[in-house]
Amino acid sequence: MTATQDSPQVRSVPQPVFTDAEAGAKVFPDSTERHFNYYTPQKRKQSHYEDVTVEVQPDPRHYLSQGWLYGFSDGRGGYPLDWTVLKAWGSDRPEPARGPGTGGKGYDWPATGWHEFRDPNEEWEMTLYRYNSNVVRQVTQNVEAARQSKAFEQWNRNWIRFIEHHVGAWMHVDHGLGLYLFANANRRAPTNMHNNAISVNSMHRIRAAQDLALYNLTLSEELPDFDGSAHLETWNSDPAWQGVRDLAERLTAIDDWCEAIFAANVVFEPLVGELFRSQLVQQASPGNGDFVTPTVVGAAEYDFAERDLRYTRAMFELLTADKEFADHNKAIMQDWLSDWTTRAIEAARTMQPLWSQPDSKPPRFEDGLDRAKSRFSGIVIGLGLEEPKELAQ
Amino acid sequence: MSRQSVAKAHQKIQELSWEPAYHEPVSQYGTDYSFQKAQKKDPLKQVLRSYFPMQEEKDHRVYGAADGAIRGNMFRQVQERWLEWQKLFLSIIPLPEISAARAMPLLFRTVPNPELHNGQAIQMIDEVRHSTIQQNLKRLYMNNYIDPAGFNSSLRNFQNDYCGTIGRQFAEGFITGDAITAASIYLTIVAETAFTNTLFVAMPAEAAANGDYLLPTVFHSVQSDESRHISNGYATLLMALSDEGNHQLLARDLRYAWWNNHRVVDAAIGTFIEYGTKDRRKDRESYAEMWRRWIYDDYYRSYLVPLEKYGLEIPHDLIEESWNQIWNKGYVHEVAQFFATGWLANYWRIDPMTDKDFEWFEFKYPGWYEKYGKWWENYNRLSMPNGHKPIVFEDVDYEYPHRCWTCMVPCLVREDMVMAKVDGQWRTYCHEMCKWTDETAFRPTYQGRQTPNMGQLIGHREWETLYHGWNWADVVSDMGFVRDDGKTMVAQPHLDLNPDKMWTLDHLRRCPPLQSPNVLLNEMSDDERTAFAARYVRGGPAGRAPADG
Repeated sequence: MTATQDSPQVRSVPQPVFTDAEAGAKVFPDSTERHFNYYTPQKRKQSHYEDVTVEVQPDPRHYLSQGWLYGFSDGRGGYPLDWTVLKAWGSDRPEPARGPGTGGKGYDWPATGWHEFRDPNEEWEMTLYRYNSNVVRQVTQNVEAARQSKAFEQWNRNWIRFIEHHVGAWMHVDHGLGLYLFANANRRAPTNMHNNAISVNSMHRIRAAQDLALYNLTLSEELPDFDGSAHLETWNSDPAWQGVRDLAERLTAIDDWCEAIFAANVVFEPLVGELFRSQLVQQASPGNGDFVTPTVVGAAEYDFAERDLRYTRAMFELLTADKEFADHNKAIMQDWLSDWTTRAIEAARTMQPLWSQPDSKPPRFEDGLDRAKSRFSGIVIGLGLEEPKELAQ
Repeated sequence: MSRQSVAKAHQKIQELSWEPAYHEPVSQYGTDYSFQKAQKKDPLKQVLRSYFPMQEEKDHRVYGAADGAIRGNMFRQVQERWLEWQKLFLSIIPLPEISAARAMPLLFRTVPNPELHNGQAIQMIDEVRHSTIQQNLKRLYMNNYIDPAGFNSSLRNFQNDYCGTIGRQFAEGFITGDAITAASIYLTIVAETAFTNTLFVAMPAEAAANGDYLLPTVFHSVQSDESRHISNGYATLLMALSDEGNHQLLARDLRYAWWNNHRVVDAAIGTFIEYGTKDRRKDRESYAEMWRRWIYDDYYRSYLVPLEKYGLEIPHDLIEESWNQIWNKGYVHEVAQFFATGWLANYWRIDPMTDKDFEWFEFKYPGWYEKYGKWWENYNRLSMPNGHKPIVFEDVDYEYPHRCWTCMVPCLVREDMVMAKVDGQWRTYCHEMCKWTDETAFRPTYQGRQTPNMGQLIGHREWETLYHGWNWADVVSDMGFVRDDGKTMVAQPHLDLNPDKMWTLDHLRRCPPLQSPNVLLNEMSDDERTAFAARYVRGGPAGRAPADG
């Protein structure tokens, strides 16, 4: 039997009300003005990416009439333009003077060339989660399929050593740069477009580091003689890795945020990162019976080649073609190229012994380095810079 | 997803961090706190392999709901009174969110425990998520709600209006000054742990009651990330507490951060919840009741007080004083009244209160009608242009307030106003605590101790200064708060969209010029200033002139 109530229980809930507050219900001033009117789009139409990104980070040169409200101990607030020595047009104009009776007007939008940058990947939260979820799903499935088919058992002993020591060591590069270079730089740039692109780059690197670490964990579980901690010893003391480590640490020590991104994505990645991933690991794996590692490493390769390099190019192309400071910027970037190319080539050459370690050898180190140099030259020339003479080392 | 357990995977990724052997990472932010390098546990235990799909799934739910809202014509049931306040709220909140992302690097070098940095990096990208998903919500409102004005100019408005400026503290406080004060105490320990409860839990409930289920969808999704950020803050706080030399600074920063959050967040969210709703059921919680539950009980008593035994000096007096402000001194009501008084400088429309609203306020806040009822009746009477001026210029027994130099909310509880000459300028403060923040806390020494990394309060902190002597029509034009016919204002003191009933620049042209209270204060002689202060603190409530003249 079910007990019944004599009177229905009255619940206290908000009542729906027909308000007719939907677009188009009435005509009045502004009733059709359904676009953000405070910025000019890069192309003809405002993109979804622009709508959720542009002008979220204010600029006293635009609408920020009362200026920044909180400063560091030196009294400077916000995102000072001199956190990089590069300049975009308008950078040297003073912030609009404001005080009693001045009104709030700033310069016409965009006020400086910095605000012309748009991430060609159009990254915002929806895109970054979809992209990275796809990557981790695919990588996990690849590793899982290999595990089920006992693919790792086909590896020869030398290849196992190579993976545990050297592929493992690269996770530290990704992690260190992801955190202390890219995540760090997301506080430094003068626009939201820059900082969001940089923070997405940071997550690519941290995710790639974790991809390698978890791959390493799987191998520890699957291969009885796989030493899951060997990468630590390699990173800490293998002479072949100390050049890369020295350089990675030096990259995290850069104060200028533009130099940090430039040195990492224009110089280090093509000359060291891609050399290691594309010219060594990807080339050596098939001959050593390994079809899994290339899919893990390839994900990071795609991150850089198709996403991170893409926004980096767009960011620096604007600066080398700047209508006011192109020469200034090119001279500085040319100096950066000289400095960092020297260091990158040194680090690359220090890694050379790795090429002789697998049983089935990859193409020669020098051939791989030539290909990396050629790719690097293309990037540099594409930016309107000259190939540095240090590349000949 | 994976056969490896999260715990095992998380343990493995601890191997990723390394101590520099050749070059130290750049150190760009300072702190006066000191931390011991010690093995710590990452409080988030988050591995990106599971994190990204988890967030993607949350996204699917959010965007599915957004799609459903449009297909289901949600905006036919949305209360305009509510959505209008979202023009203010959603102009503010994406910047605090993204500033929280930018704040994370402040902790990398100052908290030298790499185990915590993984969690901070994940918080960084969470905050990118929040900022852009909230911008997206605003975009959806702009496209689908009846009146896009104010949404369509949102970020310009936010950056040049006094209301946006008040809210902006909630962002800039995270990213400048002493790194621990900013990114840990102000951001994670107080703003996120205490006040996101009212922001992201209490407010969405009110949205749903007003026919808007998209705000809850987005903000509950955001809030589910906040719990992780709270863990980040807690881990850093415990480390700071373990060094007794930090206790003095912790006490200072908790006092500053608590009070500033109370002044700013309670002002804004309290107003949205109490004056932006049409839900006047007597058994729905008032903001004061929500505050008591979410902030007093859940945060103060359950989170803060237990930390006392570890040496944390809890600002009991300020928590009680905040409650006193909300319950006895009508802080939220005073703020809402001020927003409505100054409607002409806004970028949203404010609906007059009705008899039903009055009844609810009187029920929830006994004595409300005697203080505020008459003024709101006048607001209603003066809402349509009919030969009179906006209410701020009419005789309704309301005196335009001076602005607090620190929190930038006006000095609305008149009896609490204090004044000081700081850095060569006379300044008014809404409360002794805001004076302390400017005069004592944000200084390079504190109680005799050197605090060289402490930040500074900077900027043109009184909005009215910029427009001193201007005609109001020019002020509103300068800010860009004008609709596409070139004369009708974005802001209106009512919800009627009939163009004949809307205020235009022509109406403002006839008004007296804007006067900056701070400029006038500094033009006074010492005697005049003393007399001004003595009179000001006798004023109120509800902005009334002193009873004795």
